[in-house]
Amino acid sequence: MRLAVIGAGAVGRSVVELAGEHGHEVVAVADSSTAVVADGGSDAVGVDPDAVVARKAERGIVGDDDPEDALAADYDVLVEATPTTLGDAEPGFSHVTTALERDRHAVLANKGPVAERYGDLRAAVDDSDGAIRFEATVGGAIPAVSTVEDIEPGHVTAVRGVLNGTANFILTRMAAEGLDYDHVLAEAQDLGVAEADPSFDVDGTDAALKCVILANVLSFGAADDPADAREFTLDDADVAGIRDVPGSALRLAAEDGQTVRLIGEATGETVRVAPRLVPENGTLAVSGTQNIVQIETSHAGRLNISGRGAGGPETASAVLGDVGRLE
Amino acid sequence: MSDRRDGTPEASLADADADAGTAPDGGHAAATPSTHTVRLELVDEPGQLLAALHPIADNGGNLLSIYHERGNKTPRGRIPVEVDFEATPERFEEVVDALRSEGVNVMQAGTERYAEEVTLLLFGHLIDTDLSDTLSRIEACESASVADVSLAAPQGTEEVSSARLRLEARAGETDAALAAVRDLAAEKDLRVVEPLTGVEA
Repeated sequence: MRLAVIGAGAVGRSVVELAGEHGHEVVAVADSSTAVVADGGSDAVGVDPDAVVARKAERGIVGDDDPEDALAADYDVLVEATPTTLGDAEPGFSHVTTALERDRHAVLANKGPVAERYGDLRAAVDDSDGAIRFEATVGGAIPAVSTVEDIEPGHVTAVRGVLNGTANFILTRMAAEGLDYDHVLAEAQDLGVAEADPSFDVDGTDAALKCVILANVLSFGAADDPADAREFTLDDADVAGIRDVPGSALRLAAEDGQTVRLIGEATGETVRVAPRLVPENGTLAVSGTQNIVQIETSHAGRLNISGRGAGGPETASAVLGDVGRLE
Repeated sequence: MSDRRDGTPEASLADADADAGTAPDGGHAAATPSTHTVRLELVDEPGQLLAALHPIADNGGNLLSIYHERGNKTPRGRIPVEVDFEATPERFEEVVDALRSEGVNVMQAGTERYAEEVTLLLFGHLIDTDLSDTLSRIEACESASVADVSLAAPQGTEEVSSARLRLEARAGETDAALAAVRDLAAEKDLRVVEPLTGVEA
């Protein structure tokens, strides 16, 4: 497959680097202000991944072309890896619909369009010969969406789990060391586990977006007619974060053999993210930046998949897995 | 706490049960069987246990367990036996009456109203918002009773503190109990960390 990678952050760069290993060719890469597009022609070769990554690192650009040129390039799959935006989910949403209007596929690592405008995306897919996939938007390397699809959304009653590594790292350290939130947050920021502005992670927004996406998959997947499916956005989620959880609460939980985890839950009807009490040695009490997705099924019992929920190569692996499914 | 539990609610439940047959909605809760425990004193003679179990079965009690403390005698030289059974409140009264009229010495007869246990955390300005009022109001909630409280206020009573509460809820009413705690917490600007109920993680 020929890929146009839009977005040159950690995930976009890893997709560029790993595409060759998966048998794909990158024909265009764009960041927010520049692009590089391979020369056209029947024997065209893709862009040089090493050169793109080096240029981005050294000069902060990916090439000398205009980002619009990358969107117009001759690709089979557009990889949308720009930062997640809320509300109208732009510019990611337009990147995806541009690809669909050209009857090309799109694979998203950007949560915004799938969480905030799922109905619009489905409508654009219906009018196109292209398809969309978005495994990378939920749980990084964990195959959450494709597992739900394999079981069939109508046979999945709920999906829950730990879906934010930053919040999980903070809760794990607070419980293990008896430290308070502010101290552990500073530590996480020094380690690069938390952003300078950690709100998106610690307030539960990131986990909520992932649960909203799962709720959309469950709702649309289970409906006989998509017109009957309930569409979820972030506004439909009941969200509480971990910012004010005191160390004393974690100590009281530990005395009772329990701990606190930021748990997201999605069904076809509700989305909820909140700190919850779970058994200290239970399946959901994953440590550090690990994520876990627990899928509750009608006939197949409960499935647990844990692993790395973030990171460039991890998320890129999910993106490239999606590209493979589109072949 | 068990004394209080065994007391008042039964009378009201028994009253409500009177028209259970004709009022499916209003009478539903009262007609639901709950678990009861009776402690009996039996004379150490063959056939005594069987004789004591008949009045329970004959009056609609569904036997759950029998703990026959052979070897452990009461001061009067009798054998204590603990019997658990399910029955509606009305049936329960009939069982106890029947046992007594058969000459069985009923040492204790209680109703176990709370079948489910749930642990949660509360944090915030627990002391400033009157923790004892918070607990009393949870107690006042029909669905639950506070069984245990642990408080941690490492920075003194004026700062944020945490509490771990163990609630006992009636069968099937854990969600209602949690909802009541959520409402109370919202009113007092406290935060609740709920358990994942129904999930054995």
